[in-house]
Amino acid sequence: MKKKRLLLSLIFISIVMLLSGCDSKLAVLNPKGPVAKTQANTIIFSILMMAFVLIVVYILYIIMLTKYRASKTSDDYEPPHIEGNKWLELTWTAIPVIIVAILSVVTVQTTYAVEKVPAGYEDQKPLVIYASSSDWKWHFSYPEEGIETVNYVNIPTNRPVEFRLYSYGPITSFWVPQLGGQKYAMTDMITKLNLVAEHEGSYLGKNANFSGKGFAKMEFEVQAQSPGDYTKWVNDVKQTAPKLTEQEFNTLLKTDFVGRKSYSSTHLGFAPPPEGDMAGHQHGGDSKTEKDSGSENMDHMNHDMSGMDMSGSSSMEHGH
Amino acid sequence: MKWDEFFVTGEPMIYGADISIVLVSLAIIIGLTYFKKWGYLWREWLTTVDHKRIGVMYIISALLMLFRGGVDALLMRTQLATPDSKFLDAQHYNEIFTTHGVVMILFMAMPFIIGMMNVVVPLQIGARDVAFPRLNAVSFWLFFSGAMLFNLSFVIGGSPDAGWSAYFPLASNEFSPTVGMNYYSLALQISGIGTLLTGVNFIVTILKMRAPGMKLMRMPMFTWSVLITNVIILFAFPVLTVALALMMFDRLFGTQFFTMANGGMDMLWANLFWVWGHPEVYIVVLPAFGIFSDVISTFSKRNLYGYKSMVVSMVAISFLSFLVWAHHFYTMGTGAMVNSFFSITTMAIAVPTGVKIFNWLFTLRKGKISFTSPMLYAMAFIPIFTFGGVTGVMLAMASADYQYHNTMFLVAHFHYVLIPGTVFGVVAGMHYWFPKMFGFRLNERLAKWAFWLIVVGFNTAFMPLFFLGLDGMTRRTYTYSAATGYGPLNMVATIGAFVCAIGFVVLCYNFYYSFRHSPRDENGDPWDARTLEWSTPSPVPAYNFAKMPIVNSQDAFWYSKKQKVPLYEDGPYEEIHMPSNSGQPVILGIIMFFLGFFLVFSWFIPAIIAGIGVVIMLAVRSFERDHGYHISAKEIAATEQKLRGDTV
Repeated sequence: MKKKRLLLSLIFISIVMLLSGCDSKLAVLNPKGPVAKTQANTIIFSILMMAFVLIVVYILYIIMLTKYRASKTSDDYEPPHIEGNKWLELTWTAIPVIIVAILSVVTVQTTYAVEKVPAGYEDQKPLVIYASSSDWKWHFSYPEEGIETVNYVNIPTNRPVEFRLYSYGPITSFWVPQLGGQKYAMTDMITKLNLVAEHEGSYLGKNANFSGKGFAKMEFEVQAQSPGDYTKWVNDVKQTAPKLTEQEFNTLLKTDFVGRKSYSSTHLGFAPPPEGDMAGHQHGGDSKTEKDSGSENMDHMNHDMSGMDMSGSSSMEHGH
Repeated sequence: MKWDEFFVTGEPMIYGADISIVLVSLAIIIGLTYFKKWGYLWREWLTTVDHKRIGVMYIISALLMLFRGGVDALLMRTQLATPDSKFLDAQHYNEIFTTHGVVMILFMAMPFIIGMMNVVVPLQIGARDVAFPRLNAVSFWLFFSGAMLFNLSFVIGGSPDAGWSAYFPLASNEFSPTVGMNYYSLALQISGIGTLLTGVNFIVTILKMRAPGMKLMRMPMFTWSVLITNVIILFAFPVLTVALALMMFDRLFGTQFFTMANGGMDMLWANLFWVWGHPEVYIVVLPAFGIFSDVISTFSKRNLYGYKSMVVSMVAISFLSFLVWAHHFYTMGTGAMVNSFFSITTMAIAVPTGVKIFNWLFTLRKGKISFTSPMLYAMAFIPIFTFGGVTGVMLAMASADYQYHNTMFLVAHFHYVLIPGTVFGVVAGMHYWFPKMFGFRLNERLAKWAFWLIVVGFNTAFMPLFFLGLDGMTRRTYTYSAATGYGPLNMVATIGAFVCAIGFVVLCYNFYYSFRHSPRDENGDPWDARTLEWSTPSPVPAYNFAKMPIVNSQDAFWYSKKQKVPLYEDGPYEEIHMPSNSGQPVILGIIMFFLGFFLVFSWFIPAIIAGIGVVIMLAVRSFERDHGYHISAKEIAATEQKLRGDTV
């Protein structure tokens, strides 16, 4: 048992050291933007709280196991009958309640914080990028710039980026660990993820949610550039890259692995994303037939979307 | 359908499996014929309605499935040991992690737990069997046919490959065109019905069949945990039944509940799955808590500390278990408000769980602790499970979960709760109640070897995964490049997995060794234990208790030993009414197997015939007049004399 205790305390110490002490290289704890930073701080805070719980339990455990083993008691020792103790039991109910309450406050605050545009960036107009997945690649459409990329995405530093996520197949999860936590991309609705990169650099992004055979290869590069470099890159793509035709896009969707691509137009025009009137699960895939059938319960879901321009260019207006 | 689509082909491993399945089946058939054991097998086991034998069959099935799921695990770990490994291809890896998850949860943990319930609960409450012995046999055979159907997918038709959570639209015909996911929906459905029936059976058994004087608050803690678990089963499993039925309609009949078009809603599947799936993890862990409570109390020679708060905390856990399912998909974009709600309910579970941990620690206090093999598992459980539990609290925090979700951190967490919780629990229970089942103890020296290999191997295998997860390694990924730097920690994890596997081999070898060499148990109470099951002789006679025990307190057997007061009613033996054996449950199981198999391949004519067969079986049972049989007082007296000597 002694060996085991030693082992446990070694494991425990090494975890605390690795996670909090030496500002490690672990991606999640090496944030490059405010969202990931909030999350890394939350994680470190929770580790410290939990370390306290573990220390208490492990100390009690070691005391009980060393003090009350049969080999240390006399043969005729009869353990007493003890029902319990109201105050002790209340104590170890109350203390966890307090710990959970503290963690809850932190969780609720940070959960709201990471859903919103990060603090300090609210005044800026976010850059909207539609990130859609298909088996097994990522398409990035820049409606304002009118360009589209595959399997890489360039963003300017110190500007909020609003990723609008959806999928052309299985549920995927858009994740750039060093910039912030992940969110699902699904076929029938848009999910939004706000990220900001504060440092220039190249960050690995990936699909985190299992989506079939090519899942392991579904990675992309996020290149965070200075605003100047970013504008230059956009202009480059506009001038040099070919237009994305509907036919080309359909070929892309059908091809398993395509490598990196750049285009000087987006697919949003001929293949609108599932938002507004196109949101699938609210009223079926074929919204026209639903409307014609005049189903009442569907109508109330549509009202706020009525009159919305369905052409791709309208999506620009969501930016502000 | 062509034959080469029907049989899985092209993989040496599969041909190996084909050959070994044929050889093992032949060996069993030839062996049974040679030793003239067919009659014995049919009379004593296949048709039995005795809860103890059904329990043993559950446990044997669980051990077989542990082997299957364990081999899956080793294949996965071998593939991940080195970067860019070519050991398995993506499709094969996807099938293996899917079957590993399904097999370990539904066909290993569940039958192991239910097997323990079967063997122990009637004995702990002083009952002669469960409330519905025939139904109990039906439960087992439905589980067994579901498990066999699921395993058949490996060689016929192809294994499921969409993960054990089978998220749509990945699990729809469009993205999983093989019959693999049909196997998933049908095999889980058949065994799930069996589990639901078990739930009904044990609730009635515990509520209605306790010995005189055993009030609810005098029940052993394992029985309490089983009662609460079965209430959870009763509420959770119907959700799975419905979800799987809808899935089957989607895949076989072209409905659109979860598909991408025509109003299908993939998120609905995720919700239904986890409304069942989260309570499910408490279904497999609460009985283990019960086992640990009994084991810790027995081997520290003390009554359980804080009995009432133990019960209250389990009730609280069972209630909360239904309020936390959305924490499995915080990242679905339901918004900060919903996520905050589920974060708080999830963290709240830590409170009753913490109460239990402290109560176990204080049961040790002032005790007289002996480190037998069951106790070792219980003592490893406390620190390791606490570690797994606190990482669970970390995962519960939605904002941080966006970074843990779908990563190796999550994989590490749930193995850190399920293995020390469930697996150590059932293994501790198996060592503890082994003499009750078979009349001899497992060899302690081998058991301790197995224990240390398993504990050291387990920690080596899963501790690195926490760090890999924080470094961005996703789960279910079949390979990674050397540039990621994930290689060394993965190698460590793989080595740990193999050490752990060696531990399980030693554990199984111990069955054989102890069968050959262990001294036979003489008085039925080898551990000097506290609860009623130890007052019966080992092996336990079919009727369990010749006379009804009288219960005046918790741990009634302990106090009757200490205070030298009789445990049983006075008076002569009376004849005992027993349920008779029946071949109907096993036949029903076989028909259900074929019904499922035909539906998997959409062979509807044979499926309809099998379906009619099921209806006929139910009708036969309804019109059958079977009043059981009686064991005469004389026969009981002779049996008791033989088993107990002259003492009673």
